[in-house]
Amino acid sequence: MKIAEFISALGKYDFLQSAMLTAIMVGVMSGIIGSFIILRGMSLMGDAISHSILPGVAVAYMLGINLLVGASIFGVLAALLIGFVSTHSKIKVDTSIGVVFSSFYALGFILISMTESSTNLHHILFGNILAVSNSDMMTTSVVLGIVILFVTIGYKELLITSFDETFAKTYGLKTQVIHYSLMLVLTLVTVSALQTVGIILVVAMLITPAATAFFWTNRLSVMLVFSAVFGTIASIVGLYLSYTFNWASGPAIVVVAAILFLFSFIFSPKQGLIRLKK
Amino acid sequence: MLKVRNLSVSYGETPVFSDLSIQIDSGKITGIIGPNGAGKSTFIKAVLGLIKSQSGTSDYDGKPIKAIQKKIAYVEQRKDIDLTFPISVFDVVLTGSYAQLGLFNMPGKKEKAAAMDSLNQVKMQAFASRQIGNLSGGQLQRVFVARAILQQADIVILDEPFVGIDLQSENAIMAILKQWRNENKTILVVHHDLNKVHNYFDDLIIMNHGIVASGPTEMVYNPENISKAFSADLSSVLFSQKEGQ
Repeated sequence: MKIAEFISALGKYDFLQSAMLTAIMVGVMSGIIGSFIILRGMSLMGDAISHSILPGVAVAYMLGINLLVGASIFGVLAALLIGFVSTHSKIKVDTSIGVVFSSFYALGFILISMTESSTNLHHILFGNILAVSNSDMMTTSVVLGIVILFVTIGYKELLITSFDETFAKTYGLKTQVIHYSLMLVLTLVTVSALQTVGIILVVAMLITPAATAFFWTNRLSVMLVFSAVFGTIASIVGLYLSYTFNWASGPAIVVVAAILFLFSFIFSPKQGLIRLKK
Repeated sequence: MLKVRNLSVSYGETPVFSDLSIQIDSGKITGIIGPNGAGKSTFIKAVLGLIKSQSGTSDYDGKPIKAIQKKIAYVEQRKDIDLTFPISVFDVVLTGSYAQLGLFNMPGKKEKAAAMDSLNQVKMQAFASRQIGNLSGGQLQRVFVARAILQQADIVILDEPFVGIDLQSENAIMAILKQWRNENKTILVVHHDLNKVHNYFDDLIIMNHGIVASGPTEMVYNPENISKAFSADLSSVLFSQKEGQ
């Protein structure tokens, strides 16, 4: 009933089609990049980068430039700063991450309040997929292209630095370059995901579908595909829930992702609870 | 020949060793022994450039280590490997081709065939499609030795390869080390217990925050050096047993 209504609305309204396309693209890209993030044990870093772009978003609004540019600058800046603090002091990385991202986030709030746009702030924090513009959709598709290109060309380098960084260093691979490239791409993905799930829940889109995929396979390449599929399912079902019940799109999408995770946690053949009990 | 000159490493204020100089011959299996915390792993990591050294240079046949990085195979301690990673035994071995392939090129048929051949050499071909977490310690160690085979390196450095592994794996690995010796490679093995030192190593470096002694195993593996590096008690136990046999 409700589903039929949703489908007919999808045929009728441009804004819903844009929302659907954007949600799918975000599901795919965050699933792919998120897989590398969780395999590198960088979930906290993913959270940190996504929060750290807030001042960039604010500055972009103020100057009227593309969100992607402002956000990228601050995302990469945060990644560099986190690396700098932890290598130039005895502070552990997680502490360095905590200090840097909360500072950036705080700065972002202050800057946003200076732009006097509280509705925008709400959308930035929780996502507003139904308000996606055509130019937003274009930007998202460009980012998706970058993600696919990055992972296809650099697959071998991403694999080895994620699995065995020490080994990569011994044969002379510039692991720092790979790390910061990944951080840059992560920032781009974060900005795209911001439209659908909002800053606060971006980390869920990165981590939850990837973690779900991890339950189902022992192959990295398969994990990337599964993760993208789970991200897409969450996006589509979440959008349906958001549209039908008037929920904020971010929480709706993330809840669906969480249910997929829970199901896999219990039933997956690789390490599901049910199997472990045998 | 691998030459290390005046190498100094410290963690913060604490020096691990300073002014360490040593030559390691090719065509020999060289063991590094010493008590826990003697700086054995630190030494090889500094030579490999994985950690910063305060001073010193390392070169191989007159070329700086940085210039021949692709010709070095490093087999890490097993505890440093992420065993939950979604990767198969075969794909782990295949990463041994990455250095030669260079940036962005993917391994092709030739590399895959060579990887399978390397697995055969350590008798692990039957496990090719297993996820690496589902192996015993010895099997896992053989997989990483297979990766080193694929690398076709001139220098092979192994950190504690014999810890907690079964006899079959030990023999398989030893056979490979001997083959590498015949191919005139430089082989360096960090080893922490004193059993079978004679069976394993042609040359020995005994370390305890610097080099206590180095040279052919039969020359340097003696009560004086062992009591200097470890303890007099251990030395007397080891060597009295030997004389009793």
